[in-house]
Amino acid sequence: MSPLLFTLRDSPAQRLDLAPLTPDRLAGLSQSRIAAIQLQTTRERVLAGDVFRIHMGDATQIRFEGGSERFDRIGAGMSRGEISVDGDVGIQAGRSMQGGRLAIAGNAGPWAASGMTDGRLMISGHAGDRLGGPLAGETVGMRGGVILVRGNVGARAGDRMRRGMIIVEGKADTYVGSRMIAGTIIVRGRAGRLPGYLMNRGTIVTLDGSDALSPTFADSGVHELLATVLMARYVDTYSPGIAATLRRPWRRLLGDMAVIGKGEILYPSVAN
Amino acid sequence: MSQLTVNGIRVDDTFAEAFEMRATALTITAHNAAWARQAAATMTGFATSVIGCGCEAGIDRVLDPDDTPDGRPGVRVLLFAISTSELQKQLQARVGQCVLTSPGSACYAGLEAEEKLKLGNAVRFFGDGWQISKRFGDKRYWRIPVMDGEFICDATTGLCRTAVGGGNIIVMGATNETTLAATELAVETIAAVPNVIMPFPGGIARSGSKVGSKYKGVPASTNDAYCPTLRGASNSALDPEITSVLEIVIDGLTSDSVAAAMRAGVRAILALGPERGALRIGAGNYGGKLGSHHYHLKDLLP
Repeated sequence: MSPLLFTLRDSPAQRLDLAPLTPDRLAGLSQSRIAAIQLQTTRERVLAGDVFRIHMGDATQIRFEGGSERFDRIGAGMSRGEISVDGDVGIQAGRSMQGGRLAIAGNAGPWAASGMTDGRLMISGHAGDRLGGPLAGETVGMRGGVILVRGNVGARAGDRMRRGMIIVEGKADTYVGSRMIAGTIIVRGRAGRLPGYLMNRGTIVTLDGSDALSPTFADSGVHELLATVLMARYVDTYSPGIAATLRRPWRRLLGDMAVIGKGEILYPSVAN
Repeated sequence: MSQLTVNGIRVDDTFAEAFEMRATALTITAHNAAWARQAAATMTGFATSVIGCGCEAGIDRVLDPDDTPDGRPGVRVLLFAISTSELQKQLQARVGQCVLTSPGSACYAGLEAEEKLKLGNAVRFFGDGWQISKRFGDKRYWRIPVMDGEFICDATTGLCRTAVGGGNIIVMGATNETTLAATELAVETIAAVPNVIMPFPGGIARSGSKVGSKYKGVPASTNDAYCPTLRGASNSALDPEITSVLEIVIDGLTSDSVAAAMRAGVRAILALGPERGALRIGAGNYGGKLGSHHYHLKDLLP
């Protein structure tokens, strides 16, 4: 069965909340009921049928033809199925995802995968600040699942991350893995200043080093870690290129000693 | 006892009686095959019988690097016990004392099942607070710092409640040499059958036992009916030409695997023939009233 298709008619005139357009919430709905779903974020009402031409199909596979940085909260709360977007999306893509797969061909705004507990988020472009991080007032960020970003990520990716894995094939801005509670972040490109700032536990792998390291990390030397072999086997499903580079000796930096210091940054064995 | 004769070897019309047991499996890896085997052998030492060892354990098979979680040489071991609590106790003690301590070792779940036993979740406390939990997908590992790096261990391993312990073959021959040759051949053949172990030394027991004893508090004692030196004095089950008896005990994760192992062993002994091997094959049972699994020798013949 072909996917349920939303084709963008025109650039949206306001930011849209696309959280209602998930496999969980569209299952069993008729085309007219889907078209009548409200997506506005201002007082001016906007219906799904106003923004998209809708071609009915399998609601467990939703496809958006055309994207916009005004597409907010796409895939929010989804627990199953698959959503793919042919372009950019706005803030909080995959917010509180519980399962399924969300694939974004373009860029994603800030707080993508915020509060995610399970599932897969694939971003082919860049991701904004606080990828997987908590919203204001929340104490914990991402709690499970996998995020793969083919491009770069903004500041504080994985802030307060509790569980799961973030794989970045590009570069990371400052404070990647700040205040991490646990989980794994792998950055293939260079990381910005102070990775792992105030991290409690967890693992950050910086394949190309970082602009500056906090002095509150203790250098335990270069080690061949079996854990990176297991990590590579898991990562291979998502990013074979990164997986191939994980099987090598790593300089292990323990910290952040400014807090409890049970985390680690795996740094290139030859500092750069 | 009525008997069949196959290739000149008499086969008793009897059956092996086996019991339901709890079991689990582990994959042990190391820098090389020798150290993986060393860790496995140490862990499965003193595990011949639940009567005196708490569990029965042994090496199921050697694993290629491609078949292990970390791509290193490995060994799969099986552990069997009469209760879940005893299995958990033995697992924790043996991994903690024998695998954790072995150079370069890592220990992974060798069995996937809904019910779990604590593996790394029990051993992790050796880390004294320095241990790290690492989760990749559905798998959770413990990284315990040790003097040669880190001991990696799966958090849990699967529990099998329907394992079978006590499949057996009794091999009877004219001399120790020929009887041992036939039994060794059977052990070698059974070793290729997956999901089974033969927990006794080299897979062979020379001290088959019966239930109970004339002495108070002794749960098992020598099987005098099969002791050649007692023929004439005891109620012997042996023919005059039999002077040596050995037993292979088989534990398996499934009843089918035990049957397959017994079938392989019996057929190997029969193929060897009576001149170089055994004169007679039997099996041990308790009248069929204690164990829920019965393996009739006549059903295992070629």
